[in-house]
Amino acid sequence: MEDQELPGGTDAGSSNGAAPAPRSGASGVVPTIAVRGITKHFGSVQALRGVDLEIYPGEVVGLVGDNGAGKSTLVNIISGGLQPNAGTISVEGKRVTFSSSLEARRLGIETVYQDLALAPDLSVWANIFLGRERSVKGPLRWFGWLDRKTMAKEAQADLDRTRIRIDSVNSLAGRLSGGQRQAIAVGRAVAWGSKVVLMDEPTAALGVEQQERVGQLVESVAGQGVPVLLISHNLPQVYRLCKRVIVLFQGQVVANLQRDDSTVDDIVSWITGAALGTKTP
Amino acid sequence: MPVKLPPAFSPPGTAASPRVARRGEERPAWIGVVDRIGDVWIVGVLGLMVLVFGLLNTQLFTKDAWLSISNYSVQFLLLAAGQLFVILTGGIDLSDGAILGFTGMVSGAVMQSMLNSHEGNVVTTVAGFLVALVLGALIGFGNGFLITRLKLPPFIVTLGSLTAIGAAPSLINGGTEVSNLPPQIGTIGTSAIGGWVYTTFLVAVVVTVGFGLLLHRTRFGLRTFAIGSNGLSARRAGINVDRHIVLVYTISGLLSGLAGMMVMANFNVANPLSGQNDELDAIAAVVIGGASLFGGRGHMLGTFVGTMIISLLVTGLVLVNVNGSWTEVATGVIIVAAVALDQVRLRLAER
Repeated sequence: MEDQELPGGTDAGSSNGAAPAPRSGASGVVPTIAVRGITKHFGSVQALRGVDLEIYPGEVVGLVGDNGAGKSTLVNIISGGLQPNAGTISVEGKRVTFSSSLEARRLGIETVYQDLALAPDLSVWANIFLGRERSVKGPLRWFGWLDRKTMAKEAQADLDRTRIRIDSVNSLAGRLSGGQRQAIAVGRAVAWGSKVVLMDEPTAALGVEQQERVGQLVESVAGQGVPVLLISHNLPQVYRLCKRVIVLFQGQVVANLQRDDSTVDDIVSWITGAALGTKTP
Repeated sequence: MPVKLPPAFSPPGTAASPRVARRGEERPAWIGVVDRIGDVWIVGVLGLMVLVFGLLNTQLFTKDAWLSISNYSVQFLLLAAGQLFVILTGGIDLSDGAILGFTGMVSGAVMQSMLNSHEGNVVTTVAGFLVALVLGALIGFGNGFLITRLKLPPFIVTLGSLTAIGAAPSLINGGTEVSNLPPQIGTIGTSAIGGWVYTTFLVAVVVTVGFGLLLHRTRFGLRTFAIGSNGLSARRAGINVDRHIVLVYTISGLLSGLAGMMVMANFNVANPLSGQNDELDAIAAVVIGGASLFGGRGHMLGTFVGTMIISLLVTGLVLVNVNGSWTEVATGVIIVAAVALDQVRLRLAER
């Protein structure tokens, strides 16, 4: 593992906070995603300083940290959008490298981006299939002729499976309500994310009731054995949905908390660095 | 309220975030009705124009008037079809009229020199078409290349092409018409199937239908919409956005080259002044046809209707004895009206 110069005080944190291994790990289950020693710098700014992280089948793991702690950078690396300077990523025990988000998605790693990444002028089914369009069979295939019927049908089935109500998969995504669009983004990730679903602030723009819906979705995804990594500022929500919470502080994992052994206040004190005995910059 | 410029004015990838309807579960039913009227109102405008011009002068319903209108529409159909692809990606192609003139002149000069060295008429004609199409595609490719590789705003790149390539025809053949062309060129321009449909018009319609199918029925078309609607999400979906944009400008250049040949055929000469200001009418046709300059929204049928409206204006105003300059006044009014209506629709949709 790549060792990085650590700022004073965090050394203790990484050894004591990140120590407790998840229960499933102890029983010899292979982690769905294992991240080892990931470092990333942008010019002279060190965003990640040797991050280790494991996600096991069926888990909902929270990833929290203050602004600038490196959450988005980490998510972007796992989803293939950024390449780390050092460190490795393994999917089900196999080392992988991604040069683009497409390669990560091909391996079943799907991301719900904060901005949802929907094209408002495209229909619901087109948004779900964008980049993975189905063509008709026969000579028209050569022109990339779309099999719209099949895609609409499968999109409907995908949304039904996640118990999302959309009147018609032919409606334009931009014409739907915030909650429905959120649901499409989540539904798309779930439909394609056979290995893991990363969610970056999935409820930041939502009302209370819609946050509940997304919460139920997260649980139903995990219930199908697909783990979810939930990045959120909404600590009560994280605490409610996630059995395990990973805290990033200044580019390092400083705590790996079991919810049952911790309180929201514990999480807060790790986020702010208070639990490390350091002052936040 | 901050002014938002269409992405054509900014380098690709830096445009403002896409419009999204604001939150809120319920929308009144009448907004859906407005939406639907919005999709067909332009056909109503065309119908109304036919009615008004026809009542003022029944000559509009003659074969001659139809031939004149359809003949006039040929170059704009071809330019607007390419322009629509570009505008859908959030770009703009100001150079298509200049490409039309330039490719026509180069092709004419090539054909003239081939005839002078006693090449066959058919070979010369085919070569002339190839020269225009390949040259047009190459210039379009150059536009797309500069836009994506140097991350320059499409407006600036194609304005540069317009200026540079627009001046080039006057450097060819001493800036005079090339009239020594194979007879096939003139035949293409003057033959009308059954006396009603010019060959050039048929070519333009077939090409428009073909590219309409490409746009609305294929993966390439869907991705064209996706890039203009939300470029970042298109990129995240694994679409090679830069390559796609280059292809779209190449298509626009290719169709401009074809338009160059059609105009040449129509007049049976290659004229260095051909195509001047045509890009504005092509953009107007696309916008009147309901496309958004912000990208992501538009339809080939709307573009077709928009082109016919502009062509009908020209012939119609002549028929009712109105000074030709009024055509431009009327076109300007219709452009602003079309965009204004589009904005009203958008605002309603966001309610």
